[in-house]
Amino acid sequence: MAENDLNKPEIDMPAELRQQIAVTTLDRIYNWSRSNSLWPMMFGLACCAIEMICTAASRYDLSRFGMEVMRPSPRQADVMIVSGTVTKKMVPQIVRLYNQMSEPKYVIAMGACASGGGPFKEGYNVVPGVDKFIPVDVYVAGCPPTPQALLHGLITLQKKIEGEHIPNTRWYKKGEVEAIPVPILGPDLFDPRNSELINSETHKPLPVVETIVEGGETA
Amino acid sequence: MSEQTAIQPLYAKLMEKFPESVVMDERPGFGGIVVQSLNLVEVAQELRDNLGYDYLSSVTAADDFPEERLEVIYHLFKSVGGAPALLKVFLGRTEPVVPSLTPLYPGAELQEREVWDLYGIRFANHPDLRRILLWEGFDGFPLRKDWKEPLYEEDVKPYKSRWPEGKGERKELLNPYKDNVQYPREFDPSTWTGDVDQAMYKSLEISDDGNSRALKTDQLVVNLGPQHPSTHGAFRMAVVLEGETIVNLKPVVGYLHRNHEKIGERNTWLQNMPYTDRLDYLAPMSNNFGYAITVEKLMGITPPERAEYIRVMMAELTRIASHTMVTGFLLNDLGAYFTPALYALEERELILDIFEEVAGSRMMVNYFRFGGVARDVSPEVLKKIRHLVYNRLPRKIDELDKYIAQNEIVKVRCEGVGVLSADDAIAFSTTGPNLRASGVPYDVRRADPYSIYESLDFDVCTRDHGDVFDRYRVRIDEIRQSIRILKQVLERIPEGPIMAGKPQYLAKVPAGEAYGRVEGPRGELGFYVVSDGKPNPKRYHVRAPSFINLTSLAQMCKGAKVADAVTILGAVDIVLGEVDR
Ligand code: SF4
Repeated sequence: MAENDLNKPEIDMPAELRQQIAVTTLDRIYNWSRSNSLWPMMFGLACCAIEMICTAASRYDLSRFGMEVMRPSPRQADVMIVSGTVTKKMVPQIVRLYNQMSEPKYVIAMGACASGGGPFKEGYNVVPGVDKFIPVDVYVAGCPPTPQALLHGLITLQKKIEGEHIPNTRWYKKGEVEAIPVPILGPDLFDPRNSELINSETHKPLPVVETIVEGGETA
Repeated sequence: MSEQTAIQPLYAKLMEKFPESVVMDERPGFGGIVVQSLNLVEVAQELRDNLGYDYLSSVTAADDFPEERLEVIYHLFKSVGGAPALLKVFLGRTEPVVPSLTPLYPGAELQEREVWDLYGIRFANHPDLRRILLWEGFDGFPLRKDWKEPLYEEDVKPYKSRWPEGKGERKELLNPYKDNVQYPREFDPSTWTGDVDQAMYKSLEISDDGNSRALKTDQLVVNLGPQHPSTHGAFRMAVVLEGETIVNLKPVVGYLHRNHEKIGERNTWLQNMPYTDRLDYLAPMSNNFGYAITVEKLMGITPPERAEYIRVMMAELTRIASHTMVTGFLLNDLGAYFTPALYALEERELILDIFEEVAGSRMMVNYFRFGGVARDVSPEVLKKIRHLVYNRLPRKIDELDKYIAQNEIVKVRCEGVGVLSADDAIAFSTTGPNLRASGVPYDVRRADPYSIYESLDFDVCTRDHGDVFDRYRVRIDEIRQSIRILKQVLERIPEGPIMAGKPQYLAKVPAGEAYGRVEGPRGELGFYVVSDGKPNPKRYHVRAPSFINLTSLAQMCKGAKVADAVTILGAVDIVLGEVDR
């Protein structure tokens, strides 16, 4: 531990105690310990997942930041790295996985696809950005982001966590955090929350099209 | 074209037997034999049994909109090599039906399902005709030219909203749902009861005749995936188990279906090049290669010599990177969690460094152009490649091989597991190292040489057992052959230009069709393109090797233990970007 890493700087400590005792706030120690042991979920979607694997491998080495413990089970993971294109066929599973993660939980949208659809945005089976369904904490740009960029994203997430304040953080408030409704595959993907809107749109009377009789005179 | 001349004698032979039902496709730029749908099975039988076309490589379709016609297109090859027999069936647009070729060529199974899914062409007698990339209940057949996606702007790019004025309006804001979705009229979400998986479970044919055995057992369905550490991405296997033994298995794909083909038909020719990178993202250079030579076939140009050498160099480096990575991850699947993969990734990183230097990006290289490559390779990079090829890679590959091939546990878990016989491998249209591990010496680089492969010395590596271990061995052998090829290329690479003609943004592609194929790390990677002379492809189809290799997965897994299914899948080596496209 670097000197004063944890100490509340304004507290004056005798020099001989500085290496052994820390006086700090609850916020600080919570955030400090949590941000240095983020366990990502082992969860790859597309090309970006390969760069995520490279980030975890020896050259870039995620474990320097306390993140090497990739968990295949959502129950044990703290951060979901959405690494790749989110498709309509896959998004119900992603939402379900997110709901299964225990709190506190964070989401990183890795790459152009997860952030906003990327090169495939216009595709009929593509969800333009995972943030249409789950809340995202950090967006990492790139297609694919280099391992350095992903590391930067993770460090940004650490910084964000360090700024958290227990009384107004979602998971420490009273009452349960509601699960996100899982979208359903119908004739196209639909979010059950939008049922009414969809219903009213699909049952709208057809716009009246004026037919022009070709070559004929108007009656 | 050589393919055109090769098909004439074949046509004459078929004419003798089926004078009523075959004609040549006479459209300028097009070729192939048009068969009456009624006689398709007989013609295919003749081709397979008497004329030697035992390998059905690709099945796809095209839409001739605004003409009232759909085409189904078959590319058949001989497993001893040579040009394709190209068959076509013309169908009407309403309720099109064509007989399935699965009884003759089981390898057509998944491809026919794909055509049904995207074009709505029914295959009579298909054993399990369900949607494959999309889900049961999806509205419409998206690759038909008159089907429009929710964010549709115009038929072809560049869109006016972005060019030349660049107003950049966002299409989703005009959509009533402010999102990339659309629903048919009268659709009521609150009464929707569709279960997308029901049909799949039904097709698994779970039997409950367990009583006949001494010990009564129930059959059990286990889903591996789509989120599962062993499936290499979002892929799912539904397995029926009896105890721990696999009785039946269905691959469920489409979780990464990114609509390459629909987007590709809106893009201009060159705009598709970066998209090919994202197909098989472990081997982007090979994908570039396949697409470039296909379009070059249509344009009738050949790249200068230096460009050919650079292309082969990059393709072989990709093969090494991909094969080492797969080898590492196979060990992952066996339970040797991550350490062997780290060895493999180390070599891959060095190769990626070279790609970054020549193309500007580690993975998504976008390096090939029609008629050459985008940038030249500098002497410094050549020096790096030389160091890799002569000093580092041979030593490292030997090391990796020593650790793996002599490991008792690896041997016990891989030998005799997931066996596929040579005949089955051909019938299932298996390609690449999987085919060669079953003892079939078929490599597109030799069977139908492209670029400068004819002038290079290398062996087509085969093994005889067709099991997981042999697939691993073939990959290691191929890495060694790739190093051999690289040595020759490095010795002979000439100076000179790297592009034929001036680089252009808008390729002028004359009307016609072409099927080009290369031997990617996963097997025969084919591109089927149709041009109508406009700046955009009319049809853009990718014959994805790892998708078609999945056809034989059930066959390999039946009778194995459930833990072996993971290993078998790892050895088949799928890349989801390519499987789902
Ligand atoms: S952002 Fe690019 S690299 Fe990442 S998944 Fe999307 S297409 Fe692939």
